[in-house]
Amino acid sequence: MKLLYFAWVREKAGIDREDVDLPDDIETIADVMAWLKTRGPEFESAFEASNVIRAAIDQTHVKHTTAIAGATEIAFFPPVTGG
Amino acid sequence: MIRVQENDFDIGKEVRDLTAGRTDIGAIVTFTGTVRDSAKDGAIASMTLEHYPGMTEKELARIEKEANARWPLQASLIIHRYGRLTPGDNIVLVVTASAHRHAAFEAAEFLMDYLKTNAPFWKKESSGDGENWVDARQSDDGASERWSGPRKAAE
Repeated sequence: MKLLYFAWVREKAGIDREDVDLPDDIETIADVMAWLKTRGPEFESAFEASNVIRAAIDQTHVKHTTAIAGATEIAFFPPVTGG
Repeated sequence: MIRVQENDFDIGKEVRDLTAGRTDIGAIVTFTGTVRDSAKDGAIASMTLEHYPGMTEKELARIEKEANARWPLQASLIIHRYGRLTPGDNIVLVVTASAHRHAAFEAAEFLMDYLKTNAPFWKKESSGDGENWVDARQSDDGASERWSGPRKAAE
């Protein structure tokens, strides 16, 4: 699975993209974030306020409850501030 | 039409290019967003806009398609910049053209409201005090949500 991080999620995690093998029992975006948190202090810090973090599956906005089945690219980022 | 670019844009040229040769347009609305120096103490030296290449284009195209489904637009354009900008610089341009003004005004406002809450851009301000990610505003969510009610008629 390709994971992407943007803005302060990227800065805290210390990485902008990676390919990972997710454990089999991970079903939703919330599960992915809970798993990411366990990967060391950088990720614990990046996903500490996971309730405010937004996600996209294959470049489409999704909810934390969305299933990741079939996804090839998942992105995590703060609320957007363009315009 | 949508464009995501690092370079500046010329509003006059963009409007001319969009409407060249067209005689079915009676109203053109343009909105330009610029970098505002919003620092409380000490001026902002610069602002850096990060985005999600690929998703940005996809979201802007989706938003534009939605506006064209809601209002009778003859032409529309969204340009959004990324990279390092300084106060006074252009950030975003929205142009809507229609036969009559109401559709053009409303569609331009809709595009900006939706863009602010959906297009994957993030602003980081840099000042004498250091760097700071700009927080999302709840009022922007409210502005976007008001369009999800029953559609008003527009000519």
